[in-house]
Amino acid sequence: MNMTLTGPKKAPTVGIENENADSVFLKETVYETSDLNLWYGENHALKNINLDMYQNEVTAIIGPSGCGKSTYIKTLNRMIELVPDVKTTGQIKYRNRNILDQSYKVEDLRTQVGMVFQKPNPFPKSIYENVIYGPKIHGIKNKKILDQIVEKSLKGAAIWDEVKDRLHENAYGLSGGQQQRLCIARCLAIEPDVILMDEPTSALDPISTLKIEELVQELKKDFSIIIVTHNMQQAARISDKTAFFLNGEVIEYSDTNTIFSNPNDKRTEDYITGRFG
Amino acid sequence: MKLINKNHVVKKMPTRLAVNSICKGLFFLATLFGLLVLAILFYRIFTQGIGHLNFDFFQNFASRRPEEAGVKAALIGSIWLMAVVTPVSLLLGVGTAIYLEEYARKNWITSFIKLNISNLAGVPSIVFGLLGLTVFVRALALDRSVLAAGLTMSLLVLPVIIVAAQEAIRSVPRDLREASYGMGATKWQTILKVVLPAAIPGILTGGILALSRAIGETAPLVVVGIPLFIAFLPQSVMDTFTVLPMQIYNWTSRPQEEFQQVAAAGIIVLLALLILMNSIAVIIRNKFQKRY
Repeated sequence: MNMTLTGPKKAPTVGIENENADSVFLKETVYETSDLNLWYGENHALKNINLDMYQNEVTAIIGPSGCGKSTYIKTLNRMIELVPDVKTTGQIKYRNRNILDQSYKVEDLRTQVGMVFQKPNPFPKSIYENVIYGPKIHGIKNKKILDQIVEKSLKGAAIWDEVKDRLHENAYGLSGGQQQRLCIARCLAIEPDVILMDEPTSALDPISTLKIEELVQELKKDFSIIIVTHNMQQAARISDKTAFFLNGEVIEYSDTNTIFSNPNDKRTEDYITGRFG
Repeated sequence: MKLINKNHVVKKMPTRLAVNSICKGLFFLATLFGLLVLAILFYRIFTQGIGHLNFDFFQNFASRRPEEAGVKAALIGSIWLMAVVTPVSLLLGVGTAIYLEEYARKNWITSFIKLNISNLAGVPSIVFGLLGLTVFVRALALDRSVLAAGLTMSLLVLPVIIVAAQEAIRSVPRDLREASYGMGATKWQTILKVVLPAAIPGILTGGILALSRAIGETAPLVVVGIPLFIAFLPQSVMDTFTVLPMQIYNWTSRPQEEFQQVAAAGIIVLLALLILMNSIAVIIRNKFQKRY
């Protein structure tokens, strides 16, 4: 077991804007994970995870395949419950409330925490209907408000100009990159607090990837973003903090700059320099 | 050094190509056989029955005199039967499929139930007739009514509808469900707005096949005790009635030659009804496929 976790609890500088910022202030914590363990049947997939994530930051989760990074992000909105035979212990506090407590309704949680998936997954409906899906299931029926939501969300996802003249065409007619931005718009439409992104660019071409990366930078002004990525350069480019997962454990969690320039752990260094993974 | 002898490959080539053509021919013959038999059937029925197919045939009740015999009671009866079977079997079948696929825990009990439902689809229809006789006609005292026969027939087609609906629901991509759940939709909202619309073409295809079976089925109705000869129309689901296949069976078992022609005319009506039902289903299916 790795007992020298560099988590925010042991590294007090994390959570404070770095020194060259004008004022030093504490950022509000969005997610506080403590002693999280997760099993798929007998398979111990997450081991003693301790991580804090902060408002208006991009937190990247990196690590080789099968390290538990996808499992972890799916635990943050309890999407993991769709997998049969999953058992968890420990706590994940979202805004100071433990989401693993069954009295916390997933529907409630997921209106606060939106998710963007690996593969673009628009509904086989029109662009307009895709965006209003979320607001509609939450009971918003007013046509004017829905129209405004569509415009605001599509603008927020930087796709408005491309689709404003064909809002009522099927979303399957869009390119892969556009579909993914539509999915981000669909997620913005429920006005979440946090956006989880599970390898959102792994199915996209480099130009679409770049657009999404720029979008993430824009979005973090209004949202807190947690992104799982296979692509280390991507994590280095867009995130404020990075957590390195290996075999279900957090090996290192720190400012992205620190992780990529001066990692504490040998294994982190090996991974980011491409020696394994 | 090469491991493959090119001369050998060249020598084998004609055989491989010949086998390829022979297989194509065999499968074509298999298709042709079915088509040929169907063509003979159609030819026979149409040449025999077309002369009898006129306005009076739809206006008259069954009669002992072939020239006066009509299909009215049976045709209306079949429509009454479908009016009971369609909603009952589709609602129960799709409901069961939704429960099994979306709500039920994945454990051995669920697998056992699923296995048994598939097995039920192969149970002879006469067994369902006996079940209907015991439960609906006698225990629930529905007598030989449209309702009793309709419920019996619904039981008969239920397994097929359930299995088809299960397949259709299962084939809805997982990422669409995830997208819906990810925005805080409840299970029911996800089923209603994402799963069912995507599954409807599949559900309808299976449903129509099952309902077509119901409209042509005779054995369970014989056991339930639906009369072969009737000269009035049912006024409600509690009245007794007869259906097309029973009427056709009645006519074909008569000794007079003319009744064979009446029966052929009846078969044409039954086929027309089947084609009509299938067309409606295809239209609905295409409509949904266009939207999605």
